[in-house]
Amino acid sequence: MTAEMLGESFSWFIPGLIFIVFFHGHIKKVRVFEVFVEGAQEGFLMAVKLIPYLIGIYVAVGIFRESGAVGILVKILSPILKVIKAPSDALFLSIVRSLSGPAALSMTMEIFDMHGPDSFIGRLASTMLGSSDTTFYVIAVYFGSVGIRKTRYAIPIGILADFTSFVASVYIVRKVFL
Amino acid sequence: MNYVFSFFILGGILAAAVNGRIDVITTAAMTSAGSAVERAITLIGIVSLWLGIARVAEKSGLIDTLSWVIAPFFRWLFPSIPKGNPALGSILMNLSANMLGFGNAATPFGLKAMQELQKINKDPDTASEAMCTFLAINTSSVTLVPATLIALRASAGSKNPSEVMGAVILATTCSTLVAIIGDLVMRTINRKGKSK
Repeated sequence: MTAEMLGESFSWFIPGLIFIVFFHGHIKKVRVFEVFVEGAQEGFLMAVKLIPYLIGIYVAVGIFRESGAVGILVKILSPILKVIKAPSDALFLSIVRSLSGPAALSMTMEIFDMHGPDSFIGRLASTMLGSSDTTFYVIAVYFGSVGIRKTRYAIPIGILADFTSFVASVYIVRKVFL
Repeated sequence: MNYVFSFFILGGILAAAVNGRIDVITTAAMTSAGSAVERAITLIGIVSLWLGIARVAEKSGLIDTLSWVIAPFFRWLFPSIPKGNPALGSILMNLSANMLGFGNAATPFGLKAMQELQKINKDPDTASEAMCTFLAINTSSVTLVPATLIALRASAGSKNPSEVMGAVILATTCSTLVAIIGDLVMRTINRKGKSK
């Protein structure tokens, strides 16, 4: 399947979904506009309540990212890099990825510009970007939105998953493309 | 979360001092606060839109039909959610949006799912087991079609932008499996700790 075909089928997905929902609603005699507004109102309040949590997590992550702390973390963790034979840029990206989506995206673009998307590190960066998520953002926002204060084991599990995705990406890309 | 928050802020300021770039902290803090609000404004529109659509699908019974189809699988992952609970539908929508790489559509359903899970949570201060499982799956990212990524590779001039899809699916399966197993282990340990 080519990327264009894929993109093509994707551009149909959301419109198709919205069509089905309203079509089905109309058949079932749902008062679609009023019900839509009702749901949107709930969404609105939810999103507004979220703003202070977003500010908190953005500021903390922003300070951490700009301070060069990630570089220090990479240095501390560098013995692991030797064991799994990974470039330090990849670990850097992996840490940034769990902190901020846009930052990880722009870092990947930098890697593409420097080494090309089809280089080893380019493919590795792609795989890592696709297989992990912005853990701290998701945890802060999801728990914050319902006022959960004790997150129990959610954060360690999130970090474990990020680390697994890093190690697995390095291993798989090495196996498949080298 | 409090430890993580302190770690980022204190660690960041100390690291900046060590690296001799203490001047970036002020700018970073201010800019981040600003971009958080910008992000929130966009989010208000998207969340309202999707929850509006979701409410229509809920009222017409579409979500019930969908949840019924995947119910057996979810019963195994989320044994603490009662049958027919609206949380299941939201979790389903969130995971499907994530799998297809629509991050923006995933967040509203994720928030809705958390709200439904909070309604059946016995201790509103503390994350429930179902919430932890849901977050474990979410933070490990279940991507089948990384749409943004393929577009990015194509724009950077890759000869075969979608060649990494296989690797992404394999890697994300690994991390999701580890997250689910880890969550299961922690759940069991926590239960034992409580019964003592």
